[in-house]
Amino acid sequence: MSALAPAGALRGAAPVLRVLRQYGVYAALAVLFLAAVVLDAGFLSAGNVRIQLFQVAPTLLVALGMALVIGTEGIDLSVGAVIALAAAVIPLYIGWGLPVALLVAAGLGALSGLAGGAMVAFARVQPIVATLALMIGLRGVASLLNGASAKPVTDGTLLALGADAFAGVPLTAWLAAACVALTAVLVHRTTFGRQLVAVGDNRRAARLAGLPVRRVLLTVYLLSGVLAALAGALIVGHGAEADPANQGRNIELDAITAVVVGGTPLAGGSVRVLGTVAGALFMQLTTAVLTQHDVPGSLTKIVEAAVICVAVYASQERGTR
Amino acid sequence: MAQAERPGGPAGRPAPVLVATGIDKGFAGVHALRGVGLTLRPGRVHALVGENGAGKSTLIKVLTGVHRPDAGKLELGGSEREFRTPLEAQRAGIASIHQEVNLVPMMSVARNLHLGREPRRRGLLDLRRMNREAAEVLRRYGVDADVTRPLRELGLGAQQMVALARAAGVDAEVVVMDEPTSSLEPHEVDTLFAVVRDLTARGTAVVYVSHRMDELYALCQDVTVLRDGRGVHTGPLADLPRRELVGLMLGRTLVAARERPARHTPDADAPPALRARGLTVRHRVHGVGFDVHRGEVLGLGGLLGSGRSETAKAVVGALGADAGRVEVDGRELTRRSPAAAIRAGVVLLPEDRKAEGLLPGRSVRENIVLAALPRLSRAGIVSRARQDEVVERFVARLRIKAASPEQKVADLSGGNQQKVLLARWLCLAPKVLLLDEPTRGIDVGARAEVQALIDELAADGLGVLLVSSDAEELIAGSDRVLVLKDGTPVDELTGERVHADALLAALAHETRPPAGDGTNGAQR
Amino acid sequence: MSPTVLTADRRSAESPAERLAARIQRHGALTVLALLVLLASAFSPGFASTDNLGAILGNNAFVWLLALGLTFVVLTGGIDLSVGSMYALGGVLAAWAAERYGTWAALLLPLAVGAAWGCVHGLLVARARTAPFIVTLAGLLGARGLLQLVTDEGATTHLVPPGSAFRALGEGTWTPVLVSAALFGLGALLLTRTRFGATTTAIGGNEHAATLMGLPVARTKTLVYVLSATLACAAGALGAARLGSGVTTVGVGYELTAIASVVIGGTLLTGGSGSVGGTVAGVLLLSVVHNLIDRSASQYGSAVTDTVNGAFLAAVVLAQALLDRGRRDE
Repeated sequence: MSALAPAGALRGAAPVLRVLRQYGVYAALAVLFLAAVVLDAGFLSAGNVRIQLFQVAPTLLVALGMALVIGTEGIDLSVGAVIALAAAVIPLYIGWGLPVALLVAAGLGALSGLAGGAMVAFARVQPIVATLALMIGLRGVASLLNGASAKPVTDGTLLALGADAFAGVPLTAWLAAACVALTAVLVHRTTFGRQLVAVGDNRRAARLAGLPVRRVLLTVYLLSGVLAALAGALIVGHGAEADPANQGRNIELDAITAVVVGGTPLAGGSVRVLGTVAGALFMQLTTAVLTQHDVPGSLTKIVEAAVICVAVYASQERGTR
Repeated sequence: MAQAERPGGPAGRPAPVLVATGIDKGFAGVHALRGVGLTLRPGRVHALVGENGAGKSTLIKVLTGVHRPDAGKLELGGSEREFRTPLEAQRAGIASIHQEVNLVPMMSVARNLHLGREPRRRGLLDLRRMNREAAEVLRRYGVDADVTRPLRELGLGAQQMVALARAAGVDAEVVVMDEPTSSLEPHEVDTLFAVVRDLTARGTAVVYVSHRMDELYALCQDVTVLRDGRGVHTGPLADLPRRELVGLMLGRTLVAARERPARHTPDADAPPALRARGLTVRHRVHGVGFDVHRGEVLGLGGLLGSGRSETAKAVVGALGADAGRVEVDGRELTRRSPAAAIRAGVVLLPEDRKAEGLLPGRSVRENIVLAALPRLSRAGIVSRARQDEVVERFVARLRIKAASPEQKVADLSGGNQQKVLLARWLCLAPKVLLLDEPTRGIDVGARAEVQALIDELAADGLGVLLVSSDAEELIAGSDRVLVLKDGTPVDELTGERVHADALLAALAHETRPPAGDGTNGAQR
Repeated sequence: MSPTVLTADRRSAESPAERLAARIQRHGALTVLALLVLLASAFSPGFASTDNLGAILGNNAFVWLLALGLTFVVLTGGIDLSVGSMYALGGVLAAWAAERYGTWAALLLPLAVGAAWGCVHGLLVARARTAPFIVTLAGLLGARGLLQLVTDEGATTHLVPPGSAFRALGEGTWTPVLVSAALFGLGALLLTRTRFGATTTAIGGNEHAATLMGLPVARTKTLVYVLSATLACAAGALGAARLGSGVTTVGVGYELTAIASVVIGGTLLTGGSGSVGGTVAGVLLLSVVHNLIDRSASQYGSAVTDTVNGAFLAAVVLAQALLDRGRRDE
């Protein structure tokens, strides 16, 4: 415990980069937030803050699941399709009450996650390929279940979930915050969470240390599926319509970006829950600021694409190979 | 330190084609090569030998342009050269083939042979000429196959020949062969030898890396021995008796007698802590069996490639065994997986610390408690207090030097990393400890500490299987030593025979008829 | 010297079953396609009619080009998720240019933009070593943005002038088919008969070995993304010539159909093995399946199509993974 090992000094060649990679997102978020407020004092209005929170909540839920998957050196491209699936079944089962509809949606999300996880854990298909197949297929299934057209949703409780607030903060944001807290506990305090990052850091070592590698992988994709289904419910409730053909499109990109911007490396072995929250907020604010200053949607998209590329590039560990 | 001969050499020997002098190469502060020299002469096969980590591969990679040396120079044909890429080395006439065939298995044989330098006609690849030439060339290398079929349909020997034909095809002056025979059958080895002799007859210089004594003596004229990144001997191979060569590879100064105090003989009635019978892993291990009693250190020796690590891995189920049974305290292990072995109290400290042991991105604490997580948890929630307690205890007991338990394990020195991995297993209170090269790549002080710890653990009643390529460590640290060769037990040293001489004799021992003209090797 | 002949021993050689499996992987799509066409002709009235076959070929021929470019990318072990967006972008750019500057501009502008866009993808993947899927996902988003910029946020639809010679490229059944067939033919030549093609396959088969052999790995990887994006833009331009306008909403999800076609055609998603011929079989098979679905279950629209694509992809990928594992465990 006394002396620093000699190798430590040599290794610390890029501590600035390491710190930047881990905490840069908070600084960027703060700068962006200040810029938004300076440019437009109305940005701080309760109404605007609520809008931002409504919009960021589903992405954040998906990003949490994605962070877990990425922590195991995986990726889940199927989340958008799972949202479509949720959007398809919720109108079908909402007549039985919100809990039933939510359960069905979450169940389907879990099934999708299990399918992807099984392909990854047992058949050893690359994660991107396995979840790509689900991404393609499930959106079709969603449209088959309840038609490709958007259906209005009138159930009071679901609309309330998507639109009401408690103590001035939207219910969706409370829900997202609860999920953030649960995920943080899961990652940092539970056996499962610790095994998860171990699997992502060095899968061979994890197996040799007797960890249940396959079970961890399966669970991670399952959680991602459930969280995506939940996000689907929020999107449906907030928009008051279920549109399996379009809802959740490109959300995998938003989620992956939030995770990566938040400092979780795509190479796995680490999950940064708070960083992911900051990453999701950062992406949301970027879009909001651009939109509110009448930057056309086209340029917003181009800027987002550039931000993603820069963020992913900057987050890569370099020099090893 | 450099052992390079001066260019020119004694009369009658041709001028060297390649001279490397004073080669230094380090990775992240660790010296892989220190002032190593190598002189290659046309028409001669130069053996390059040494144990794992001795620097053979690094030296080869410097010669073939994969790595650039930190210091030292390469002279090719009398002029100094510097290679930045493998391609530059190839163009200069230095070709190489490796243990793993570095070709594209799914592409056709002919395409593999020509990749990057295909013959063209009217701008398009001339497939017919490619196939015809490939068939011609390969016939000279003893390969008679349909060159339009994917490479992977060939046997490994034939694949190796394709790699060699590709490498030597570019008018190579130097051909570097890195353990080319490790996955070949005896008759394939014969073919390879014929090809090598053909190459040398044409004036090519060959660097031949192998750990098989028989092959070295059958094929090579010169030898350079590397140990711990330094050249320890260079000279004609014929002048060097086999046992001396093994001694140069393995030992620092080999101790004459055992140092380990004799302990009480194990209780013959009690079942052994670990019993293995008939362990077989295809191509690697053939019917290895042994007992490890409580309080006993069983050494497992053998040269590189003898199946010593594979045996340890097969015991814990990390490597799928084709046959064999494992008993712990007389009870058979039916499910074979690392998790099951750990539950039964058998744990393996793997040979490759970085690839199979450490979680490089995690802290010292997390690396230590990894396997014990379920035991430190209640209802799935890990108790931080219990973690800290375990970590504190083992950091103190093993004297792990870290700034704090939260320091990244990748930032520790090799010795402390190894202690962290030992702590990971010791906090499970195992019955049997399998240690594969526990002191590789760690400094002298830490080495002594780890060796003392092993003695201490055995004294506490653990059964220990010690796999090591270090003859001294094996002799000094074991009660008995089982010697493997080509995946088969060839000798067991007990009592007074736990001695360096007996070990070297067993290691140099031939069990397998030498490939090529065997008489040459047998006479030495 | 008289070296022993080395072919008798086939320790690592494939078993007959494995060889059969490999053959199925290579020619499975073609076999299924032939069977399906026969069955459909026999049992689905009107399937074999000239109108219907013409519709299958003429309406899809340009979209198939996405799969052609993607074949090269997948062969290197990469992926290009942006081709659907690039298709739409190509169409809009072509219509915009045709409106203003005429036929040549309508052809060249999409090609130039596609090449430049693909070059950015390629450099990010090959030089900056960023994961292909994320680069091309971002590219997908950015291309949609550019497309909206050209169309005043989707408010303007650019029309190809009715008299323009550019329109002739997309008319009828046979022009598109011939144009596509010619490009596929060139693609096959490029893959099998040039060093670029050989390097493409080698990279996917064993990138490390390709580097050691001194092949131009980074350059080739960049070029396959250039090829893919350029082809996708060109396909979009031709599609605009057929439709007479640059439609902003087309192309969503096309990349998924293209990926499914490539994989069904026997190209390994892990790279290193595949052929343009296989991709042709793959696109034809999926088109016939989609046509049959449209004819019998048209009320579901594209939903069934997506489901079928996904199911096919999952099945083929699983089969490949299991096959590959059997081989590795040996």
